[in-house]
Amino acid sequence: MSTAIEKKDALPATIKNRKTPIYLDYQATTPTDPRVTEKMLPYFSEQFGNPHSRNHFFGWEAEDAVEIAREQIAHLIGANAKEIIYTSGATESNNLAIKGVAQFFKDKRDHIITVVTEHKCVLDTCRHLEQEGFEVTYLPVQKNGLIDLELLRKTMTDKTVLVSVMGVNNEIGVIQPLKEIGAMCRENKTFFHTDCAQAVGKIPLDVEDMNIDLMSISGHKIYGPMGIGALYVRRRPRVRLVPMINGGGQERGMRSGTLPTPLCVGLGEACAIAEREMGAENERLRQLRDRMYQGIVGRLPEVYLNGDMDQRIPGNLNISFAFVEGEGLMMGIKDLAVSSGSACTSASLEPSYVLRALGLDVELAHTSLRIGFGRFTTEEDVYHAVDAIVREVERLREMSPLWEMHQEGIDISSIEWAEH
Amino acid sequence: MTIYLDHNATTPVRPEAADAVRDALAHAGNPSSVHGAGRRARKIVEDAREQVAALAGARADDVIFTSGGTEANNLALANATVDAAVFVSDIEHASVLDARPDASRIAVQADGVVDPAAVDAALKDLNDGRALVSVMLANNETGAIQPVAEIAEVAKRHGAAVHCDAVQAAGKMAVDMKALGVDMLSLSAHKIGGPQGIGALVIRPGFKISATHWGGGQERSRRAGTENVPGIAGFGVAAERALAGIEVFQELALLRDRMEAHNLKSAPEARVFARDVARLANTSCITMPGISAKTQVMSFDLEGFAVSAGSACSSGKVESSHVLKAMGADTDQLNSALRISLGWTTTANEIDQFTAAWTALYARLGAGSMAA
Repeated sequence: MSTAIEKKDALPATIKNRKTPIYLDYQATTPTDPRVTEKMLPYFSEQFGNPHSRNHFFGWEAEDAVEIAREQIAHLIGANAKEIIYTSGATESNNLAIKGVAQFFKDKRDHIITVVTEHKCVLDTCRHLEQEGFEVTYLPVQKNGLIDLELLRKTMTDKTVLVSVMGVNNEIGVIQPLKEIGAMCRENKTFFHTDCAQAVGKIPLDVEDMNIDLMSISGHKIYGPMGIGALYVRRRPRVRLVPMINGGGQERGMRSGTLPTPLCVGLGEACAIAEREMGAENERLRQLRDRMYQGIVGRLPEVYLNGDMDQRIPGNLNISFAFVEGEGLMMGIKDLAVSSGSACTSASLEPSYVLRALGLDVELAHTSLRIGFGRFTTEEDVYHAVDAIVREVERLREMSPLWEMHQEGIDISSIEWAEH
Repeated sequence: MTIYLDHNATTPVRPEAADAVRDALAHAGNPSSVHGAGRRARKIVEDAREQVAALAGARADDVIFTSGGTEANNLALANATVDAAVFVSDIEHASVLDARPDASRIAVQADGVVDPAAVDAALKDLNDGRALVSVMLANNETGAIQPVAEIAEVAKRHGAAVHCDAVQAAGKMAVDMKALGVDMLSLSAHKIGGPQGIGALVIRPGFKISATHWGGGQERSRRAGTENVPGIAGFGVAAERALAGIEVFQELALLRDRMEAHNLKSAPEARVFARDVARLANTSCITMPGISAKTQVMSFDLEGFAVSAGSACSSGKVESSHVLKAMGADTDQLNSALRISLGWTTTANEIDQFTAAWTALYARLGAGSMAA
């Protein structure tokens, strides 16, 4: 097995082989950066030790690699390496943070605040806790997708143990005001957890400055491998939690199980690359994003951007195309790998609950596309995608009686449709 | 070059499995996405599910991928409802023992085997049948194979559900979930030449299980979280290779037995744990009388052999093995027991070298040196 990746192979195969569709679904998962893969591969072969084997060289070597990676992860978010717990991914991190804190402090405080647009695993965890007797408040969001800080302040009580608000939304890319939320939580002696699966490496994060107590991190959303994530758990003041996985006592007793050395190394390297390149990359993505957005709104009327444009990562657009049938649109742009919502729910025909929370009606929510850009997206990709989308939307509208009526000035919402 | 004899801690990844991981890493795609990239990832996951199912004699539908054996064991034990009685054997892995510290313990015999009659006795007073029994298929420290089929039969008679930790057994011996009659079975990839960070809980068809990781509907809502596609790909290939190699694997017993016989000749008072019962072909747990395991491990490491003083999870700690203690080992034996575990990379020459090193170390430091 060759471990070296040659220069000509510097792009992931998905991107390199243009026979495959253009990948514009960077919020679902990101290609693993070949530089990350290269760092990981030796740990699959000659350096394969169990990092918990303290008796021999194989184990030590693996342990060193895992600890270097831990430093890299911590550094990106302004934390200490001792505060980083490896998990199997952001879903587990979110489960562990919310359940772990809630259950540890349940005799003292039993109120949790989260937001209706959180990732499904946060909402699902909160719902389970409700069944266990916790009180959960699901904050609404404003039209732009951001929470109302005043409302958060009013919702917090001396019973509030945890506030869980995501850094960046996975569907609409909006950035929540973490620093303000953190300050509010600290003042109320409430723990602040933030799901930063989509935020790490995309926006500057500092757990000290933002008063973050727990932060969920994902590998495969930041050009690292799948199957690995991390949870930042503050040490001062100390955050305590009930572990979900016991046995072996790894990760300071908070998460047992043999650490997957190659995956840990991959996550660390992904963080190091993100830290080095975030500034320039964000600028590049912003230009691509603007070109894409201008390309679409310049050529198509009746398209709507979902979520705030300013408080938003540059790698995301979420656009609704009025008078177009969503599934038809997806079918018509088959050579673009885009999604109509989050990957977890993309097989269902339900409209996105995130878009519904912004106040979109069902029709518009049904005709939206999530377009995710990233490290391997090129200008050529963007031109091609704009063309494909514009062409398909125009084609579908030409066939749509609703679009025709709209052109004739008929207010469609005023029509009373006959039951049939 | 170090000779690696700690395969029960983790195995080198098989080249074919590493290739599968690398190929999967080169393609982006979330298996839940409906576009082509997502569908390709889905296919990788589902193909591997078939391969992993075959390793356990199960149906693909009944395989739930987890982050490893520890999570699989925790998921299984979490599925005993809070009010259910939980019974675990004294020799279980820490991930079973710690998952339910309140569990009742079933003793092990001195030979390293859990007697089905002991399970029967433990379950005797069970009235309403809400119980879970967890017994491993093969022990990670001694290699002793447990009579799981008999234990399951006893448990069923009492109306209890049965979980079996087959993390060390799978790929080293034939595993057939149906024949075993268990409801849940744990597997790990990195013990069979697959990558770390991936494992599975396999369930009996129709057995209902509730998730501990909540969120997206992955794994039929039995385990939320985006699937670890490269890990799963590597697991699948490793499972296939391990299954194909099970017969050849048994030949390791010849090397192991030869080593043990030789060691016992130079140190007749040494104890080989579980020597008289059915054992995994690759595992040897042997004392070197008078020499602490720590000294042995360090000496062997300097000489280029990677061996272990117990299971890897606890090998950083000073505590002695709960498994050997449960088998009635005395303090001297507990302090001087070494685990040597062979694997798919092990050669006869390596074992010959290790045997010579073992004999030499004992002659240098042990009772053997005083006799001279």
